[in-house]
Amino acid sequence: MRLLSTIKVSLRALRRNALRSVLTALGIIIGVAAVIAMVSIGNGAKAQVEASIASLGQNIISVFPGNFTAGGVRGGFGTASTLTVEDALAIRHEIAGVVNLSPEMRDRAQILAHGLNWNTLVVGEDVSYLDIRIWPVAAGAMFSEADVRSAAKVCVIGQTVADQLFQGQDPVGQTLRIRNIPFKVVGLLARKGFNYFGQDQDDAVIIPYTSHLKRLARRPFLNSIVIQAASPDQMARIQQDITDLLLQRRNGREQDFTVRNQLELAQAATATTKTMTVLLGAIAGVSLVVGGIGIMNIMLVSVTERTREIGIRLAVGAHGRDVLLQFLTEAIILSSMGGALGVVLGVGSSQLISRLNHWPVLVSADAILGAVAFSAVIGVFFGFYPARKAAELDPIEALRYE
Amino acid sequence: MPAVVQLDEVHKIYESGEIPVHAVRGVSLTIEPGDFVAVMGASGSGKSTLMNLLGCLDRPTKGRYLLDGTDASSLDRNQLADIRNRKLGFVFQGFNLLARTTALENVELPMLYAKTRVAARTMRARALRCLDLVGLTNRADHFPSQLSGGQQQRVAIARALVNDPQLLLADEPTGNLDSKTSVEIMGVFQQLNAQGITIVMVTHELDIARYSRRNLVMRDGRLVSDTPVAGRLTAAAELQRILEAESAAQLTA
Repeated sequence: MRLLSTIKVSLRALRRNALRSVLTALGIIIGVAAVIAMVSIGNGAKAQVEASIASLGQNIISVFPGNFTAGGVRGGFGTASTLTVEDALAIRHEIAGVVNLSPEMRDRAQILAHGLNWNTLVVGEDVSYLDIRIWPVAAGAMFSEADVRSAAKVCVIGQTVADQLFQGQDPVGQTLRIRNIPFKVVGLLARKGFNYFGQDQDDAVIIPYTSHLKRLARRPFLNSIVIQAASPDQMARIQQDITDLLLQRRNGREQDFTVRNQLELAQAATATTKTMTVLLGAIAGVSLVVGGIGIMNIMLVSVTERTREIGIRLAVGAHGRDVLLQFLTEAIILSSMGGALGVVLGVGSSQLISRLNHWPVLVSADAILGAVAFSAVIGVFFGFYPARKAAELDPIEALRYE
Repeated sequence: MPAVVQLDEVHKIYESGEIPVHAVRGVSLTIEPGDFVAVMGASGSGKSTLMNLLGCLDRPTKGRYLLDGTDASSLDRNQLADIRNRKLGFVFQGFNLLARTTALENVELPMLYAKTRVAARTMRARALRCLDLVGLTNRADHFPSQLSGGQQQRVAIARALVNDPQLLLADEPTGNLDSKTSVEIMGVFQQLNAQGITIVMVTHELDIARYSRRNLVMRDGRLVSDTPVAGRLTAAAELQRILEAESAAQLTA
């Protein structure tokens, strides 16, 4: 029997029991909708995490000093004072593929302006720091190379600091005091918000690292070196080169620094949301399988109900294969129509969830294709057993069936 | 021209139960083209089993069955299905039409399973011609539930004829019909037989068997009698008689 008539006969059989067909397909509809909605929510969360990690900057490699140990007291990661400005300059001059580099000093300090005071993070950086972090200036400008060379008493400030100390006035051109040393505010940074770790990135004052070393720091050592690589595929090589270079500079002493790659951080962070997506998708997938069992159940009932019809078809010359195909077609139509409706419902409910809860939702074509393909496979899988049962009926028995 | 049916010492033994049932015990039979045979017998005599064998719905355990010159005793399931489709037409006691499917589509059904594909237009034309043959042209779009028993059986006959079979097999074709409709159906059979179609019909009603040309009687799986019909009834005359009796009854009432 040709495919077209098979489909026609199947559609007629499904229409005959319209309510039952819809209820049967409902299992698949809900299953597919659930898979799409869950995966969309998971993907949305993942995209948000990725975006917040990207806000740290692209292709970042960081060098941290090792840990400090004295008299059996171990200071923990990054506490040793071993990283110098010379190390940073050596990396900048000797390693290919380094686009930007900033020696970094960090310290908390009490700062004053207009009779107000505020405890914040004072960071010493190079000029290129804002390029590395993709951080635009909202007013004024970043301090200059000349400021870095001369260890000038200038700073750019984050929005939170501006709010706390200048309270709506334009801070550019004003002076604030860090540990009683006056610094001129040359620039106000654009708002950047909280980072992935929950820190307010706008609560900081950035000054030239030379100024930090000369005027604030107690010891001439860096807290870290921030390096931006030209492209992601060079990161591993640059990471290795930095390690080799710094080891060489230490003349065979043991490694007292750590080189970290931002990709590792990103991978660790997205792994969590990926796990969540897979978990949600799997739970929703269970409902798809339950829907498939529903289809099998109804198809078995249908085969029993239509035993005589099968007998008639066999008697007038249908092969077992024709009957098998007919019932299989019915199951596939049920499941793929359910799948199509499920896609509509899933995309719709994703949008609804996104609107109501203000969750980031990302409907991916992969999830839609996957769910529809899976529902068709379920139709074949769960439809096959009833269809084979129908195909193997004995025509004499089937004709006699009451 | 070969015989339509040739059975040589055919046996059928069912092994499914605890005791094997020997339903047909050595039947030999030849049916020539154009014959109209009625098979009679009590229930359990093996006439249904014989019909299933003749209809290629089942295979003989022993013996040989030639249908229109083709050996049908050793064919597989699919080959039997093809033979049923090409060479046989079935009419059942319970009509066995597909519900919620129009008369026309019911008649088209065997063509859907034909080995050589039939164009939709050809299918429709052939089905309409067969409905015309049984006098139901104006009922083509009716569903079985909208037709009387006699009309449903006519649709079944049209379905049986649509692939131009060598043999029309009817299993108790009048079993579910009143006597007047039964005569009408016999009229259709006689008319088809007059056009050269070979018919084998199972019945347990003696007066129905008298419309055929040849009567077979089965008992305990054996053929015990094979006689030509003496005093054959013609459906047209019988129908006339019934109508006269009816109008006489109306006059007296």
